[in-house]
Amino acid sequence: MAVKIDVSGLNLFYRDFQALKNINLKIMANQITALIGPSGCGKSTFLRTLNRMNDLIEGVRVEGKVLLDGQDIYAPDVDVVGLRKRVGMVFQRPNPFPMSVYDNVAYGPRIHGIKNRRRLDEIVEKSLRDAALWDEVRDRLFKSALGLSGGQQQRLCIARLLAVEPEVLLMDEPSSALDPISTLKIEELIRELKKKYTIVIVTHNMQQAARVSDITAFFLNGEVVEWGSTEEIFTRPKDRRTEDYITGRFG
Amino acid sequence: MSPRYAFEKSLAELQQDILRMASLVEQAIYEAVESLMKQDVTGAAQVIMGDEMIDNLYLEIEDKCVKLIATQQPMARDLRVAITGIKICLSLERMADHAVDIARATMCLSGQPFTVKCLEYIPQMGRLARQMVKEGLDAYVNSDVQKAREMCALDDEVDYLFARMFRELVGNMEEDPRTVVQAAYLLYVSRYLERIADHATNIGEAVIYLVTGERRELN
Repeated sequence: MAVKIDVSGLNLFYRDFQALKNINLKIMANQITALIGPSGCGKSTFLRTLNRMNDLIEGVRVEGKVLLDGQDIYAPDVDVVGLRKRVGMVFQRPNPFPMSVYDNVAYGPRIHGIKNRRRLDEIVEKSLRDAALWDEVRDRLFKSALGLSGGQQQRLCIARLLAVEPEVLLMDEPSSALDPISTLKIEELIRELKKKYTIVIVTHNMQQAARVSDITAFFLNGEVVEWGSTEEIFTRPKDRRTEDYITGRFG
Repeated sequence: MSPRYAFEKSLAELQQDILRMASLVEQAIYEAVESLMKQDVTGAAQVIMGDEMIDNLYLEIEDKCVKLIATQQPMARDLRVAITGIKICLSLERMADHAVDIARATMCLSGQPFTVKCLEYIPQMGRLARQMVKEGLDAYVNSDVQKAREMCALDDEVDYLFARMFRELVGNMEEDPRTVVQAAYLLYVSRYLERIADHATNIGEAVIYLVTGERRELN
């Protein structure tokens, strides 16, 4: 298994508060890595360090190394926009732009300079197909995306991400605002997407982490307590704190 | 109070049910061997009739484990408790079936005084088998891996007695063909006791899995 992102000695501070403490974690290529842990444990903060989303927050300081295919993403000469194209993100609440389904998906490619209509059509269809949404929206491509259901909107956001051909997908609780059927569809989609992409998902839903991921990392108080194969973590975790958390005896 | 108080209560109840079933099974093995040795047909009939209660308890425990898995989505050790519950009660149920097999042999042998020479091995095997069940359940209750291993080591003694009994019964049959029917039944009985001990080692393996999450073949 190849390492896609290699994180070592990562510390993150919000001014004086240290939110991440000496994180050492390898994100494997074409695997789904789930980040679990109680609220405030640093898992979303960690997720955002992987495409430098924390740069947007004032007072944040990052130490340590995050290597994407061996290249340090925090090196001074890194093109952050290019990085975020390679490492894209899906958020907790679906956030389609207030425009048509088509334009939502074409938005990224257009920004990256693709103007040819036929080329854009191809990208839109392929992205919507890969996001398992094409059959549901093919007849309403030019209607507002806001008319879609929550689950469809979230898959649209995934399609929008796929349209710029990323390598890594970061997902921050991508189904926490969805009903159980939409959740299962998203999970199916995630399993399908791992063939082409490396996926990191933050989830509060333990069963989701167990169902979907190949690798699980347990975060607590800004540290990675334990990480390893999901099967191992959910059947015989090594650390008592992991055991307490996943069996619901935490706190 | 633990955030999963009700769930923990269910787990504790599950353990109590398994202990209750184990004590019935241990008793059935004891009665089966006793009634065989005394050629007590009434005692054997009671073992056969008592099996229904053990079967019902088995289904009840299995249902509880399935329900725990379906409704509580147990993880890690909790999951292993539920899985181990199913494994242990299945092993116990099979032991009880073998106690019934022994009781049936007693029925078939009634009215024929024993003439074979190696009869003393049967109560020895019976004692060891019951000891294994008892120690296996002690290991389960106390999550004691060391005890589980020690218990499983007793299986070698049972196997040794079984092999000896086999040789001697065959010798009996060769020497005196009139003992063939009796020796054949007793051969079965010794085989049942040997199987009971094997099921006890499965309980030992289940305890090790429960505590460590590792699977070990101990017989």
